[in-house]
Amino acid sequence: MAVYKRTYQPYQGPLTPAWSRFLVIARQAHRRVFDSRFLVFFFVLCFVWPAVCAALIYLRHNAGAIELFKINVARLIPIDGQFFFRFLGWQGSMAFLLTAFVGPGLISTDLRNNALPLYFCRPFSRAEYVLGKFAVIAMLLSLITWVPGLLLFGFEANLEGGAWFRDNLWLASGIFLGSWIWIVTLCLLALALSAWVKWKVLAGALLFGVFFAAAGFGTAVNAVMHTDYGNLINLPQLVRTIWAGLFGVRSTGGIPPDSAWTALAGICALCLYLLDRKVRAFEVVRS
Amino acid sequence: MDAKPVIELVGLEVCFGERTILKNLEGKFSGRAIGLLGPNGAGKSTLINTLMGFYPPAKGTARVFGHDIRTGIRSVRRLIGYMPENESFIAGMSAVEFIRFMAELAGLPPEAALERAHEALFYVGLGEARYRKLEEYSLGMKQLVKLAQAIAHGPQLLFLDEPTNGLDPPARQRMIRLIRDVRERGNLHLILCSHLLRDVEECCEEVLILKEGRIVQYSNLEEERRANRRFLELEIEGDGEAFAAAAKDLGCECALSAGRRLKTVLADGVEVRDLYRTAAQCGARIRRLSHKRDSLEDIFLKAMSNGNGGS
Repeated sequence: MAVYKRTYQPYQGPLTPAWSRFLVIARQAHRRVFDSRFLVFFFVLCFVWPAVCAALIYLRHNAGAIELFKINVARLIPIDGQFFFRFLGWQGSMAFLLTAFVGPGLISTDLRNNALPLYFCRPFSRAEYVLGKFAVIAMLLSLITWVPGLLLFGFEANLEGGAWFRDNLWLASGIFLGSWIWIVTLCLLALALSAWVKWKVLAGALLFGVFFAAAGFGTAVNAVMHTDYGNLINLPQLVRTIWAGLFGVRSTGGIPPDSAWTALAGICALCLYLLDRKVRAFEVVRS
Repeated sequence: MDAKPVIELVGLEVCFGERTILKNLEGKFSGRAIGLLGPNGAGKSTLINTLMGFYPPAKGTARVFGHDIRTGIRSVRRLIGYMPENESFIAGMSAVEFIRFMAELAGLPPEAALERAHEALFYVGLGEARYRKLEEYSLGMKQLVKLAQAIAHGPQLLFLDEPTNGLDPPARQRMIRLIRDVRERGNLHLILCSHLLRDVEECCEEVLILKEGRIVQYSNLEEERRANRRFLELEIEGDGEAFAAAAKDLGCECALSAGRRLKTVLADGVEVRDLYRTAAQCGARIRRLSHKRDSLEDIFLKAMSNGNGGS
């Protein structure tokens, strides 16, 4: 740098639009996520099942391959609601693991390093901060859930023709809506736990705890009380119940879809409340 | 003094629960560099944080460059840079990544933010260490990085909260030099919050003293010093009491101690040579005469002892 430039000069250039600034957080975080070889490997692994599904769809429509491998078409999985329900189930599990790796450090490290005042002393609100952190996970999860899901749907529609596309358009909306329900739930839960626990490892462990311990507890409640309402604290079961409604398959959870929607909305509202309490420039000790 | 006040406080009150931290603050402050002083718990940091919108006012409001903090906090934040007191950084980043990130959040396009990040780091003297991770920096370097992030986006008002905290004397001098340089070249205003009177004395033209959440003193340091130029300390040989009485007759305020040390405030129209003449007439001799200028410490202590909390 030229010596004559080593002085303080005010900035007078153009500014970026205010609405787009939350994406700065996402861009920066993604750069760091993909610095980790493990996460890159895992992210690639998340595309194995969509590739398998694409191969299945291809096989169903390739007469040469059917003849060559002597495949019984009737035994191949039909491309219907059940197919996409299973697809989303598997990808949803991968999305949970990806969230468990990426999510816990998003807010906790900022809190531990007192970084929040640095964000909020700029023209950048708390909502934009949360939205930016949300976008970090949501973009990654989108790439492994509804984006490949809709590509598979488009692939099948392309091979089957316009009539199939028109008859099954509701499946596309199911893929999109079902994915986003899961993405929003995972993101909010991961962010809320990250905001409440300053230690990244503990926040990650808590995320697993919320899913598996709560599911176990719910099952125990079901067994002891001879009811199905223990599933209301079983997050995977709640989401499966909602997905079952979206894809027109039979639900195994035993709880009505309305109750599942309500429970999930309650969990999301609780997460937003926790974020509102913790994502502040400074904590005020009221005495 | 600028026509538009930098900061305007209009009956500002801030409460944490039942406790009122800032009590009915009023005033308009237009200084280029304002020092914010006060004992621990006086409300200095709370005032800065309220001006940045971190704490909501319970009553009243404040304006920064005319923008109300209740209704236009985004406009306020567009104009400010903030160097926090505590160690604040984003883990896993190099200094240049950190400053660039902060500048982008302030609205600079990525290329401009990167350029400004390099410039700011060279400016604060961290040019050679700019690619090192922040976790590896010493405390002094972290302070400089905090200053760099506060100025990288070109603010008009800079809040510096204890900028020399934990610095050794050379590092402190460097920080003070930088702050003065930013003030001179940057065409910006700064508010420096510190418990070190020397820091404020070296960097600021005006001082705002808080005590128990109220403003007890707001003064221009230079004017305050000028006002005290007529305050003299004398060492007398001979009849000190007769000289003190004669000086009082001239209209000067006098206080004699140990029979030979005299503190006096010259009356209007009385010059130093009049004192020499009076001393000769009384048979006394002035052995030493010095102008006593109020230091910031004097101003601060006076404000603390006089301050009854009335703004």
